[in-house]
Amino acid sequence: MLHLFTLVVALSTAILIFAGGLVTSTGSGLSVPDWPNTYGWFMFTFPLEKMVGGIRYEHSHRLIASTVGFLIMTLAFWLWRAEPRRWVRRLGFIALAAVITQGILGGITVLWYLPEPISIAHASLAQIVFCLTTAIALFTSRGWKQAYASNGAAPDDRVLQKIAAATTAWIYLQIVVGATMRHTGAGLAIPDFPLAFGQIIPPHWDAGIAIHFAHRVGALVASVLILATTGHVFYHHRRRSELVRPSIVLLVLLVLQVTLGALTILSAKHYIINSLHVVTGASVLVTSLVLTLRAHRRRFADAAAPGSVYRDVPSGGRVLGRSGPAGARA
Amino acid sequence: MTAILRAGFTAAALCSAAIGLACGGTQQEAPAPAPVVAIEPIDPATAGAITGAITFEGTPPAPTPINTGSDPYCEKLGPMTTETVSVGTGGALQNVFVYVKDGLGNRVFPVPTAPVVLDQRGCRYVPHVLGLQVGQPFEILSSDNTLHNVHAMPESNREFNKAHQEAGIRHMHVFTAKEVMIPFKCDVHRWMNAYVGVLDHPFFAVTGTNGAFELKGLPPGNYTIEAWHEKLGTQTQTVTIGEKQTSTIAFTFKA
Repeated sequence: MLHLFTLVVALSTAILIFAGGLVTSTGSGLSVPDWPNTYGWFMFTFPLEKMVGGIRYEHSHRLIASTVGFLIMTLAFWLWRAEPRRWVRRLGFIALAAVITQGILGGITVLWYLPEPISIAHASLAQIVFCLTTAIALFTSRGWKQAYASNGAAPDDRVLQKIAAATTAWIYLQIVVGATMRHTGAGLAIPDFPLAFGQIIPPHWDAGIAIHFAHRVGALVASVLILATTGHVFYHHRRRSELVRPSIVLLVLLVLQVTLGALTILSAKHYIINSLHVVTGASVLVTSLVLTLRAHRRRFADAAAPGSVYRDVPSGGRVLGRSGPAGARA
Repeated sequence: MTAILRAGFTAAALCSAAIGLACGGTQQEAPAPAPVVAIEPIDPATAGAITGAITFEGTPPAPTPINTGSDPYCEKLGPMTTETVSVGTGGALQNVFVYVKDGLGNRVFPVPTAPVVLDQRGCRYVPHVLGLQVGQPFEILSSDNTLHNVHAMPESNREFNKAHQEAGIRHMHVFTAKEVMIPFKCDVHRWMNAYVGVLDHPFFAVTGTNGAFELKGLPPGNYTIEAWHEKLGTQTQTVTIGEKQTSTIAFTFKA
């Protein structure tokens, strides 16, 4: 039940990122001048019929954000009550702190008229929140808890661990550059694709072109890293489904993301395409994160020895222990 | 892994707090500056004028239809088109801000106490282009029964973004520095925009449907006159006027 709830939280975070993408893509970020109120109304009593124009995007984003905040608060409390692993319980509170910080950044960026550093921080922290909720969903999954036991005692693959971690880090950096591009208005600084002003290297430069071109080069590097990671998995770990499945998803998402990136430019930043590009980028990030964490599975504190099981206890929580009469908290 | 995550979020929280402390709080309306008095009054017996007309040469762009479907109130008002380049009979170019850019020296002029009004009417800003003096009251009014936000995006003055929930709401503002031009927009209705020119003297005009303008009451002298258009850019001309003389100039903008 808890794991199902973590999946709902992670999915709701993805929806929130899409809604945030819509706010930026439609230029609606300041359509509601006040915060936390909406045109003087308490946020949750704002009349639906007044959600017109840009308000429908900005106010919807606020409502979804509040819902996600509530869900993460519930998740943190639930983990605190029922999760036997201390570091997972702490992760729940870290996610709660992150989403609260995220809400404050969202308010500040409205009240201070979308200052670029705050808006970029808001967009970048959203990815961290998504990573945290996804990681919690992963850590509470049956497969993780059983240490993907069907694979037996699969040894650590240090090469995979390093390249997967590098890929995840690079994708995050690429998203931060993308956020910088969005919030500095450089999304169409290079108006053609795949060339740049008809050439491979832009013939002239300014700050906008540099940021935009950095995002394109970053996408190329991210693609190479993803291909290297997934290729390594397919070649060396084709029997480990916990690695193969996210690798397949990662490749599909990569193709989709590059296509959406191209369409964003060719459609002159159509707001739906642009927002899908944002949420697909986030999905690429968390998929790579899942692959990375699974590659590092044996290095976590709750790495289960064969035969370890979770069992329910009268307090409502669960404990990890070896099969047999005794068990101890991890 | 946990330690890394914890350290990362601690750093993020500290950065956020530092940014917050560095950037201060929300902006407040600037108090109205004390009225200034002309130290060198213009002699009306010698004052002249500059008149002229602004024309557009070539085929004017067709007005683009605006999709107002995002707000039923605006949609009910009927079809709307953009007013970026408004050309009348004979190529008369509307909504050009014409002003004395240079030539007044260090003269100081009295500031009118009557407010200049920018109305949100029919899901448009009326007028689309206007001018006023530094320190002059600026009233923003909503005549629409829908929600608007008034978002001013100056460079030299203070940015503001105000909520107008219903018809009849007014908001007063005073600009503290001259600036040509200050863009205004409504983030609720993306097609709504206006431009406000703020000057430290009263010699400015905005062309109407006939493209004409008149700058009256100028002391004799040499002046640089600038014509500003939101899409077509700016042009300048120099002109000399003598005592009681009216000089006529013309500006032609091309597509």
